[in-house]
Amino acid sequence: MSQTGINPSGDGEDGGRSGEVVLRHGDTPALKGFEATIFEGLKAAGFDEGEIFAIRLAMEEAVANGFRHGNEGDPTKSVTVAFEIDDSGMTLAVEDEGTGFDPTAVPDPTEDANLEIPSGRGLMLMRAYMTAVEVIPPGNRIEMRFDRQA
Amino acid sequence: MNPESAGLRVNEMNGITRVGFIEQNILDEANIQQIGDALGELIDAMDTPKILISFADVAHLSSAALGALITVNNRVGAKKGELRLADIDAKILEVFKITRLDRLFEIHGTSAEALATFS
Repeated sequence: MSQTGINPSGDGEDGGRSGEVVLRHGDTPALKGFEATIFEGLKAAGFDEGEIFAIRLAMEEAVANGFRHGNEGDPTKSVTVAFEIDDSGMTLAVEDEGTGFDPTAVPDPTEDANLEIPSGRGLMLMRAYMTAVEVIPPGNRIEMRFDRQA
Repeated sequence: MNPESAGLRVNEMNGITRVGFIEQNILDEANIQQIGDALGELIDAMDTPKILISFADVAHLSSAALGALITVNNRVGAKKGELRLADIDAKILEVFKITRLDRLFEIHGTSAEALATFS
């Protein structure tokens, strides 16, 4: 693990196709640095701008949820992000140090009654932009898959 | 709060306050909070807010940013004001549509189009 907490396992051996980072609360530079690593890998693998936008949005929503809801804003708790790019797409895993949540209990933010509520859209956006989203019990880990269009 | 310190460009013309973003990516949660606070202060200072928010040069935003915009919309509405959004990149507009927030906000293609709709 490097001093930044980023494990660039993609350095050299797999051409930037995998990596993991442990993010500290409020450490936006570390998140941006890790994102840059992912985006370089995605571009090198031929992902287009729209695909990268989708992956970025889903990842940032998962990370934000991990800090805000999973870790409940506790500055001592971290969020771990791992990614792997393969020939047909990429997988992303985001894990916080919280106790988890029940995804079935999250209200639908697109219902008329919920449109004016400022929060609650993160999981919905992940599901809209990724091919598959799985909340691993007890709910402090989310695994996502983006399959490229054939 | 100085709006520029929150990453906002603000100018007022003909009774309409025009707001733009200095950063391409409205990412940092602390920054989003600052943006919300700065916009809130602008709204509080107006009797009947008329605000146009331009998303020109904004390449990315999060649901937290959408939440801040919803709060702004609610506060403008509470004062019987008017809020318009404009110059939204197609990919970001899609986010508004997926979340059905295109039904909550009055969105226009360009700032010029939006300006023409204020009462």
